[in-house]
Amino acid sequence: MWWLIPIIPYLGGLILILGGKRLTKPMTGVIGCGSVGLSALLTIIAGIGFLSGDGEALSVELWKWFNIDGWSPGVTLYLDALSLVFIFVITFVGFLIHVYSIGYMARDKDFNRFFTCLNLFVGSMLMLVLADNLLLMYLGWEGVGLCSYLLIGFWYKDPVNGMAAQKAFIVTRVGDTALAIGLFMLFEAFGTLQLQEILAGAEGSLPAAANTTVIALLLLGGAIGKSAQLPLHTWLPDAMAGPTPVSALIHAATMVTAGVYLVARTHVLFALSPVAMTVVAIIGTITLLIAGFSALCQRDLKRVLAYSTISQIGYMFLALGLGAWGAAIFHFFTHAFFKALLFLGAGAVIEALHHEQDMFKMGGLKKELPVVYWTFLIGSASLAALPLVTAGFYSKDQIVWLALAGERGNGWLYLAALTGAFLTALYTFRMVFITFWGKPHTSVSSRPGKAMVIPLVILAFFSIVTGFLELPHNLGHITLFSGFLSPVLPAVHDMELPAALEWISQGIAAVLTIGGIWLAHLFFIRKPQLLPGLDRATTGLQAFFYRGWDLDRLYNILFVRPFKWLARVNQADVTDRFYTGLAWLNVWLHRQVIKTQSGILRWYLAGAAIGALIILTISVLL
Amino acid sequence: MILAWFILILMFGGLLSWLAARWNVLLARWIALGSVLINFFLALGIWWRYSLPDGGVLSGGTLTVPSSAAGSAVSAPGSPATWIADLSLEWIPSFGIQFHLALDGLSLLMLLLTFFLGTLGVLCSWKEITERPGFFHFNLLWVLAGITGVFLTMDLFLFYFFWEVMLIPMYFLIGIWGHANRIYAAYKFFIFTQASGLLMLLAILGLYFIQGNNTGNYSFDYFDLLGTEIPADAARWLMPGFLIAFIVKLPAFPFHNWLPDAHGEAPTAGSLVLAGLLLKTGAYGLLRFVVPLFPEQAQAFAPWGMLLGVVGILYGGKLAFAQTDLKRLIAYTSVSHMGFVMLGVFAFTTMAYQGVLMQMITHGISTGALFLLAGMLYERLHTRDLRQMGGFWKSNPTMGGIMLVFVMASLGLPGLGNFIAEFLTLNGSWPANRLMTILAAGGLVIATIYSLRIMQKIFFGPPWQDRPLAALKPREYLILIPLVAAIIFLGLFPQAALKTTGTVIDGITETTVISLETTLTREGGNQ
Repeated sequence: MWWLIPIIPYLGGLILILGGKRLTKPMTGVIGCGSVGLSALLTIIAGIGFLSGDGEALSVELWKWFNIDGWSPGVTLYLDALSLVFIFVITFVGFLIHVYSIGYMARDKDFNRFFTCLNLFVGSMLMLVLADNLLLMYLGWEGVGLCSYLLIGFWYKDPVNGMAAQKAFIVTRVGDTALAIGLFMLFEAFGTLQLQEILAGAEGSLPAAANTTVIALLLLGGAIGKSAQLPLHTWLPDAMAGPTPVSALIHAATMVTAGVYLVARTHVLFALSPVAMTVVAIIGTITLLIAGFSALCQRDLKRVLAYSTISQIGYMFLALGLGAWGAAIFHFFTHAFFKALLFLGAGAVIEALHHEQDMFKMGGLKKELPVVYWTFLIGSASLAALPLVTAGFYSKDQIVWLALAGERGNGWLYLAALTGAFLTALYTFRMVFITFWGKPHTSVSSRPGKAMVIPLVILAFFSIVTGFLELPHNLGHITLFSGFLSPVLPAVHDMELPAALEWISQGIAAVLTIGGIWLAHLFFIRKPQLLPGLDRATTGLQAFFYRGWDLDRLYNILFVRPFKWLARVNQADVTDRFYTGLAWLNVWLHRQVIKTQSGILRWYLAGAAIGALIILTISVLL
Repeated sequence: MILAWFILILMFGGLLSWLAARWNVLLARWIALGSVLINFFLALGIWWRYSLPDGGVLSGGTLTVPSSAAGSAVSAPGSPATWIADLSLEWIPSFGIQFHLALDGLSLLMLLLTFFLGTLGVLCSWKEITERPGFFHFNLLWVLAGITGVFLTMDLFLFYFFWEVMLIPMYFLIGIWGHANRIYAAYKFFIFTQASGLLMLLAILGLYFIQGNNTGNYSFDYFDLLGTEIPADAARWLMPGFLIAFIVKLPAFPFHNWLPDAHGEAPTAGSLVLAGLLLKTGAYGLLRFVVPLFPEQAQAFAPWGMLLGVVGILYGGKLAFAQTDLKRLIAYTSVSHMGFVMLGVFAFTTMAYQGVLMQMITHGISTGALFLLAGMLYERLHTRDLRQMGGFWKSNPTMGGIMLVFVMASLGLPGLGNFIAEFLTLNGSWPANRLMTILAAGGLVIATIYSLRIMQKIFFGPPWQDRPLAALKPREYLILIPLVAAIIFLGLFPQAALKTTGTVIDGITETTVISLETTLTREGGNQ
């Protein structure tokens, strides 16, 4: 039955397409939510079966895709602990976001189109993580890209949204192309794209043709495109042009973590190449820092969250680069809940304020929207990794600690991870204070209904409790999560540092988090006069961070403008000149020959004589 | 005999339609539609029977073909057992010219595509062509007959004959029923094709005399010429004759210049046949003639061939992005997509060849569909200028959705047939030439850029002058739905097509490999 999990959302999407405008809004809502809900139910059933069984991976071949020269990739689904974690998040969080969307999109005319795309997205995302071979995974991979494009540009009348949508598709496609080349290399080396065969092959004797470093880096290229990591992260902040539930589902909880999934899934290949591992760790580290700084300087509530997502995925990549596969997936798991919660909360705020997204025009919403405030606060605490009580603390602390204590860890990575933690606390609570505290700047027009509030509460609950699935050595030492993943992802080797150091490290992290919150409170609530203009002006370094380190400008100069210039100057195809020139030459010659037909007998005689002379000369000479 | 019927039905249908139009135009349209449909169902029947013994694996082992298929004798002398039907009649015996038609998996698929798109071509002209409809249908059906002949002929003299039969009615289709700049476009098309065709004629004659001198048996028959021992210095001159004819038709860079004009100016059915079918005769020629007849020279040309393919992919894509005329834009995407054919043909691997075949079929469907959609937009808006479009999703989401499917096909979205084609081509080219494959893969990004631009300019963005786009009519649904179904079917179940051509591909790759091996051993022996 579990193979129906990705099929049902696809069917839901198909029904919505065929039904079109004939379906009423309630019917659309029921089909849209129902299909994902059904998948979530099946996932839970499959999960229970999986937990009570022996943890053996399941596999079902739906049909053979094609068969060439003995290579026959199937449309085959593969369920193991890793994919189970992902499909749980996708269907469960996805279902909550679908329910929320019924409230959020209630007045939109394109209600049907919204749920169609959302359903197709969930189907493709499930296909991505359940695929047993990389080709099928690529299908899901591109499918989610398409749905992301359609949903970012959902309000298509504004060309800005269209540009953001195209940018997202094109930038990720750059990564996808690297991934495709990686697939060609893998196929050449292993003669298959079936994941388990490749992983088994890579663990055993490696084919001579396999250059694991290059392959791993190419796969990484695909991963950083989808997961918005440096240098391909620039599409994600712009992707906030889509409706907020989309940002929550696609650009926070699920699709952007596909890169994390890809690296974790092919971890055997990465583990073989120290270079690739280092690159992963460095990309993650730099990304988490620069995105953190950018988040600190945004005015738009959703863009803060977007940069924060980039930064948190940076943590996941850091963990992957450390070989701490389980830690990366654990952070993905907790992040999915609290970041979806934050986006949905932000959506509720934006909806209540006539689609106002500028934080500095909000303020004082604590009393007006209490449920939203409290759930948002819980999500923020989790994002900022408030010690002991939040899920974010346990998942991030693990990564921070392994940056020092893991066998690939070192002082620099540790320092960067700590800095990132401080930045996170600072920008998160800057956002909370500006939005919910202080004086109100815009009046609340409507309050979220039940469909929106209930998902918030459920997600808030999960943003706390999921942390307790995995506790560090010195604090209870629970390893439910990593234990569950251990058949797929090997545990990280740490350097057996003394327990005291772990206490100290956690203490530092806690101090940084609380310090960040305190500083945010100081600057934005208690004494805003300390740093005047922090809320308004965007100049100097602040503006530089605000613009995302000017990478967009750089890419514009390097790629976009030259391409457009080339397109403009050569619109008429310069090679055509050759052929028109040829045609012109012919006409010209033709004209010259016409001139000789002048009707003057003398010219004809002279011509004949000269011709005879030339022929004679040639025949004599030869 | 059924093979001859394919051609005769179209030719008679064309004549009859021309005559009938004097009395009743509608009758003429129905006659044209009927004759193409008969062919389509005949071909479908053959395909159905051919697919029955589920061959499964493509490589190794030959398919057992039911000898009753098509009721004709199977397997001509000297040919492998992959031929489904064969017809050989004396024509001009003193010169060794025969009326020789034969059908294998490759030609079968191409015929299916021809009649499928041909049917849609008649349907899409139903309302569009009101001027001299009889003569129009005569030309349309004769182009189709020429194409059918090209895909079936196994005699090179006859091949050249059909090659010309394709050309002249097409010239009329563009020149009479085209858009504003139609005369220029028609001449350009004619001169490019005719000039390159003459080179092919010379090469055919050269091959004929060399083979005749060698064996004393002067013959234009494909199977007689196939094993000809051509002196290297002669082959160096003969191979380009074929090559140029086919890559002008394909078209490959830098011979693509006729295409945007011809495609852009032709009436919808003309663009459909040009993009969907005529270009494929070039690809077909490369696979059927250039590679098997001149394996060594083709091998020597391979790096350049792949380079031309890559340049076509990137340069065509860039030009597509620059266009403001929708039909020219689609035309340039064809240049880009046919670059993949060039790349794959000169990679000489089974997988690349399968990719090329899929590309021929899926590109025919997806680009044909885009031209049909462009035609429907033109009927509604009376413009092809992208700057005068926008925001049509609101008034016609169905058409937008269908356009989206084919725009996605053109950028190679998995789940649609074009993805299988491009992936197989690239994956098959990788072992042959890594650098070229990487550069060609860059075409995926450019394809994304120009494809998304189509959607953005037509269906998204602010509404242009608030002009609504009229809903699709039943006839238009009838045209578009089969195309959508076909492209999705080929994306999810490509095996149905790949299986049909499998043995043919193996035949081509084997001849190449064998001839190269013999060359190597010969050279080895000389040392």
